[in-house]
Amino acid sequence: MVTRDIKVCNRAGIHARPAANIVKVANKFDSELYLEKGTMKINGKSIMGIITLGATYQSTLTMICEGPEEEAMADAIETLFQNRFEE
Amino acid sequence: MSEFTILDLLDLDLKEHNHLGLSCIAGRTGLSRKITTSKISRPGLPLSGFFEEFSNDSIQVFGRGEQAYLHKLEAEHNLASIERLFKYDIPCCVFCDGADPSPRFTALAEETGTAILKTDLLSSDFSRRLYQTLDEVFAPTQTIHGVLVEVYGIGVLITGESGVGKSETALELIERGHRLISDDTVRLRNISDNFIVGMGENPLLAHHMEIRGLGILNLANLFGVGAIRDRKQVQLSVKLEPWDAKKNYDRVGEGSMHDHYLGIAIPMVLIPVKPGRNIPVIIETAARNERLKKLGYYSAKEFDQSVLKWLESESARNMYNINEETH
Repeated sequence: MVTRDIKVCNRAGIHARPAANIVKVANKFDSELYLEKGTMKINGKSIMGIITLGATYQSTLTMICEGPEEEAMADAIETLFQNRFEE
Repeated sequence: MSEFTILDLLDLDLKEHNHLGLSCIAGRTGLSRKITTSKISRPGLPLSGFFEEFSNDSIQVFGRGEQAYLHKLEAEHNLASIERLFKYDIPCCVFCDGADPSPRFTALAEETGTAILKTDLLSSDFSRRLYQTLDEVFAPTQTIHGVLVEVYGIGVLITGESGVGKSETALELIERGHRLISDDTVRLRNISDNFIVGMGENPLLAHHMEIRGLGILNLANLFGVGAIRDRKQVQLSVKLEPWDAKKNYDRVGEGSMHDHYLGIAIPMVLIPVKPGRNIPVIIETAARNERLKKLGYYSAKEFDQSVLKWLESESARNMYNINEETH
C-alpha cells in the first residue's frame, strides 16, 4: 500500500474534466485507488465519487494505492496533479 | 462530521415536521461557535444561581418558564446569574414561543458575542425537533461506493466492484418506475443505533449518474421529479459480483445473509452477474420478497412446508397401500 498527500494545484479545483482524467489514468493500472479528504474516502476509479470530494484549489488529498502496480500508479496520479491536469 | 457550527444549524434544509423555524435576532458574531453535543439544556437552574453540573456546551433553550423567570430577575435588577451564564462559552440561546428577549439580555449577548435565535415553536416541540436533528447530525456516518435506489418502497443498496454494472442496473430500475437516491457515493448514517439511512454525499450533486459512453446525466431532469428521493432507510443490500461457476450461490433462499454497516445488520443477497441475466428484474423480485418477509411470509419456508406436507400425505397413502397388500 502506498499513501501520499497530494495538493490540488489547478485554480478551478477538481471538476468533471480533471476527475475524468484521474479515472482514465487510474484505470491503466491493475491496482485500487482511493482518495481521502477529511472524513470522506472514495474510490478513485469513479468520476462522481471524485467530484463529490469537493476538492478545491490548494486543498490536500490523501491518495492510497493498493495492488500489484501501486508504486507506478501513485507516481502517475501525482504527476497528473502536479501538471494541473494539463489545464 | 468534523465541525458543526450554529451557522450550519441555521443552514440545514429541514422540511415540514422537522422544520425548526430558527432565525438569528442578535449576536451574529457568535454564529461561528461550534455545537459539539446533541444534548439540550433548559437553563432554569443556572438562572436561579445554581451552576453545578451546568451543561455549558449545549444549546440553551428558553421556554415560557425561563422567560418569565428572566423578566422577574430583571424587574428585581438581579442580573448576576444572567451575566454569569454568558461568561460560559455556551453555543447559543434559543427563545421559543415567538418571544423576544429583553433589550438588557440582548445587549449582554452582543457584548459576549453569543448568538440569540428565535423560533415560533413551543419549547417542548422545539426541543424534540432539535434533539432529533442534532442526533442525526452527530450520528456515526460512513461513505461507501454503491448505488441507493428505492424499489417498491424498499431501500436497496447496490454494491459491487467498479464496472460490474451498478449504475446501469440502477438506470434500468429507474426506467421501470423506481427511484434513485444516490449513485456512486452513498453516505450512510446510523440513526440511534436502530437503522441506517442513506443519502447523497452532496445535495447539489445528488441525482446525477455517470454512464460509460454517455457521461454524466441529470436523472431528475431526464426522468422527472418522481424518479428521485433525497434519503431512504437502507433495508436490503444487494451485492453484484461477476459470475463464478465454482461458487455456491443461494439456491433455496432459506439462509439469511446479512451485511453490517456501522454496526447494524442489513439483509443481504448476493447476485452473480453474467450476460443474459436480467439483474433489475432480480432486484425487483428481491425487494418484493423482502416486503413479503416483513409481512411474515417467507417464500422458501412456506414452500418447504408444502413439500413436507405433501411427503407426509404421500407416505400416509403408501402405508394404506401396504396394509391393503398384507390383508
